Amino acid sequence: MSAKRPQDRPEPVQVIKQRRDAALAALVGRVPYAQFLGVRFDRRGDELTAILPFDDRLIGNPMLPALHGGVIAGFLEIAAVVELGWSMLWDEVESGALDPADDRMPRLPKTIDFTIDYLRSGLPRDGYARARITRSGRRYASVQAEAWQDNRDRPFAQATGHFLMPRRPGDGDGDG
Amino acid sequence: MPPNDTPEPSKPSRRRSREEVIRMTRQFMEALPHAKALGLEVRSLGEGRAEFLLPYSAELVGDPDTGVLHGGAVSSLLDSTCGAAVICHPENTGGTATLDLRIDYMRAATPGQAVIARAECYHVTRSVAFVRAEALDDDTERPVAAATGAFTFAAAS
Repeated sequence: MSAKRPQDRPEPVQVIKQRRDAALAALVGRVPYAQFLGVRFDRRGDELTAILPFDDRLIGNPMLPALHGGVIAGFLEIAAVVELGWSMLWDEVESGALDPADDRMPRLPKTIDFTIDYLRSGLPRDGYARARITRSGRRYASVQAEAWQDNRDRPFAQATGHFLMPRRPGDGDGDG
Repeated sequence: MPPNDTPEPSKPSRRRSREEVIRMTRQFMEALPHAKALGLEVRSLGEGRAEFLLPYSAELVGDPDTGVLHGGAVSSLLDSTCGAAVICHPENTGGTATLDLRIDYMRAATPGQAVIARAECYHVTRSVAFVRAEALDDDTERPVAAATGAFTFAAAS
């Protein structure tokens, strides 16, 4: 409806990419356990894919060999929490209101419960995961996550979890 | 506490003595690469029961502002402990795999403290073991997390 003014021009793609990547790096970089597992994130627009590069230290059963069930749980939980944190920050990253370089990155959501279905054993290969927020409220959120390896159609684990969202300035109902 | 004698490698057989099962489970658990990476310690093993300890480590923190361990590290502890409890069950004839695991995070583990998990098989069928576990830090009155899971099971026929 409004006429385009010069300052409404879309930002150059490199500027916005750099800001998104910096925000994502700041979000993931704050979790030492994600570094312990070696989890990285790939981003296409707002879509995130968590990547778990294979490492011998992730093996739970050396006979098969198979990834440790706890590694798979941790990987899916990281994918779910980062997806939630990312969706929480997205608007501020887009508007430029959030500067990932400064120290006021909001807190991450807290896991209330997490349920993992182990569909197949995790092979000694890289793993991938995507999470989908199925319900996002001011206080509570529900997230589903799925992990696969060589074949996208053959997930090796899926999970569902509930999360407590951090209180943020402007929440309205106070201090918490 | 740690086994100092190097036991002779023995082939797994259908009939294993209780002591042998416990000894083999301990050996197996302590050799797992990820259990080593986490520094997991086998505290005790019994019939369908296990108790493991996860030492506190800055590498395993989820939120550096608080120093609280990440849920994933606690998941690994609980999954390992539950699996060991299944392997140690007197009617089990083989290994086990996790079918599903639900973890309730009741409170943050206190930074700097080790977390201990206790697991027990509360029911087994011919092919499934139902296991529950809790994770505790120094304040043993208030569990950090609770888990319930189903594991594959191969009962002696």
